[in-house]
Amino acid sequence: MNLNYIILIPIVPLAVFLILGLFYKKIKPAISGYTGVMGLFISTCLALYTAYNYFFVIGKTDGAYQTFVAKTVWMNFTDTLRIDMGILADPISVMMLIVVSVISLMVHIYSRGYMKGDPGYTKYFAFLSLFTFSMYGLVLATNLFQIYIFWELVGVSSYLLIGYYYTKESAVAAAKKAFIVTRFADLGFLIGILLIGYYTGTYDFEILNNPEGAAILNWASTSFMGLSILTWALLLIFIGGAGKSAMFPLHIWLPDAMEGPTPVSALIHAATMVVAGVYLVARLFPMYYFVEDGFALNIVAFVGGFTALFAAVIAITQTDIKRVLAFSTMSQLGYMMLALGVSGYEGHEGLGYMASMFHLFTHAMFKALLFLCAGSVIHAIHSNFLKDMGGLRKYMPITNITFLIAALAIAGVPPLAGFWSKDEILVAAFEHNKFLYVIGLFVAGLTAFYIFRIYFGIFWGKEGNYKNKPHESPWSMTAPLLILAFLSIVGGLIPFSRFISADKIGFETHLNYPLAAIAVFVGLIGIGLSWMFYKKENELANRFSLGFGIFYTWAYNKFYFDELYLFVAKKIMFNGIARSAARFDKKYVDGTMVGIGNQTVKTSEKIKGMQSGKVQDYAFAFIAGAVILAIICIYIWTN
Amino acid sequence: MITGISIYEILTVTSILFFIGVYGFITRTNLISILISVELILNASVVNFVIINKYLFPEVLQGVYFSIFIIAVAAAETALAVSIIINLYRQISSVEVKDIETMKY
Repeated sequence: MNLNYIILIPIVPLAVFLILGLFYKKIKPAISGYTGVMGLFISTCLALYTAYNYFFVIGKTDGAYQTFVAKTVWMNFTDTLRIDMGILADPISVMMLIVVSVISLMVHIYSRGYMKGDPGYTKYFAFLSLFTFSMYGLVLATNLFQIYIFWELVGVSSYLLIGYYYTKESAVAAAKKAFIVTRFADLGFLIGILLIGYYTGTYDFEILNNPEGAAILNWASTSFMGLSILTWALLLIFIGGAGKSAMFPLHIWLPDAMEGPTPVSALIHAATMVVAGVYLVARLFPMYYFVEDGFALNIVAFVGGFTALFAAVIAITQTDIKRVLAFSTMSQLGYMMLALGVSGYEGHEGLGYMASMFHLFTHAMFKALLFLCAGSVIHAIHSNFLKDMGGLRKYMPITNITFLIAALAIAGVPPLAGFWSKDEILVAAFEHNKFLYVIGLFVAGLTAFYIFRIYFGIFWGKEGNYKNKPHESPWSMTAPLLILAFLSIVGGLIPFSRFISADKIGFETHLNYPLAAIAVFVGLIGIGLSWMFYKKENELANRFSLGFGIFYTWAYNKFYFDELYLFVAKKIMFNGIARSAARFDKKYVDGTMVGIGNQTVKTSEKIKGMQSGKVQDYAFAFIAGAVILAIICIYIWTN
Repeated sequence: MITGISIYEILTVTSILFFIGVYGFITRTNLISILISVELILNASVVNFVIINKYLFPEVLQGVYFSIFIIAVAAAETALAVSIIINLYRQISSVEVKDIETMKY
């Protein structure tokens, strides 16, 4: 198998980033936009060609997809423990290549319209290219350390893009929050990596993931507090993944990250970077599954299920449309984690794994579409809030239709993309854990409800009080919408299970009619309820929310998690720990250094009189020294 | 080689000459006097070169050559020093050491 040209896919955006970043003052905005789009276009063509080549031509040997690796030694520690740099092509990484490049290309095209006239236009495209490069690197990583390096790189480009409007105080705060929260989670990831390196002697995915390999078979040989150390390591790695994928309780950064430009939210905080956590668990799936009989995997499932429910409840109450979409993203990511958590390994048992990747794929398409539509609406009326919107279907027909398609897709209406992947997740949950299945089903209903709540709120209902008449966005923005809408319609028809499965052999899936019917029915109930509440302006919704009383207020304030963390950080950590540490630092650490400096000054004040400036004094000192030395030499010599 | 006078007597004389130069260098307050003292030191060493050459290694001439070399260097050095002193005198109308001690703490 020769897939070495894959290395070009990340290198092209890197080159674009360097060109735009180094010469950003000299390049005209029009040219920088085209440069970004062209670079991504080349990458996308290469990625699609790679996918065709891998899935249909050369990927399969003996009925199973092979892993293709090309790498070079980067750092050598011992004979076995070393860090490589390279590229790895297997079904999920090739699938991710398609997702990243297609969404990124659409966002690049869209941004040319959305960011038009922005003073930082070139800088924006440079950052987008940097992000795309890092994401490719993350997807193609061959070992834990390489993935960690690119993991931090996507974190930093996310930070740069969230804080893009750096004159806005809230954007700066949101960028810092996102960076600090994910960094905090990455500490767990790093410790997990080091534990794995220490106890298995390798960082390499291929060796770690081999079900017959020493890393997996020897899990029971170490233990710590009743669990295998490998289980602890996997849980710590999951903390890193949960931070990036905004799982409860590390979710607080994602809603605030909506301060960035909307295309950025579509690319980073809906479709690609936030699925990195899911991708990480999928990447290490054999370890999660085999070590300690999947103890860590169960935790993943429950965290995912809880987050799905928790975020969906909050999403219902929010009034900022981007925040609704952010909570919806969290909820769907929870779905993916849940699916991974209930998955088995071989053949049809691995349905959850395949469903998770399938949902990742379809979700990237329709969620990016939802965000881009929201961006189109925000572009037209310059507000994020539902109260300023309404009745836009007359003014923005294309946005209306594409938003409707995406909303139907996320609500799981057949035959759109979301239906197929969500159905597979629910089937997998039903087969392994009835409790999680019920949660999943309930969340499906909530999803349909909140997404149609904002759909009706934006495009139907009472017409907003617009200063200027809103108008449809330019072609550069609507064209990506139409392409993504097309992908959201047909994306679900791909026979995903033939290409992607936990054991890489592939299997056939069939629609489970009773379960699918239940899911669709629940989704339709959700849509129907929001039709009743929000299609025409009426008092039903308000009365209904009053019925929930305090619970509604809680959900509206996101269950006060931000306040709780602020309390812990400010009152306990800053006052208790940080302040005394600062005092110690000032008094003793700084005090020592300042004391040494002061003593030097004092001493030199006292002895500076020796420098008289008279040549003869110096000559006298020199000669006296020479005479004394001579006397000593003579004394030694004569004895 | 001077009959009746051994190397020790001559070395004693040059040592005395050397330390007179050193004493003068340290105690004189006039730059010209200091320069003269430096010349004394140099002369003491020149005599040493010649004497040691003559008494210990009469068959070679390196010591003699070296003494001529030192005389040339001393002449150049004196010319340089005197020019500095003249310039200094033009600036501050003095060649006393106590007037040129500005380069201190």
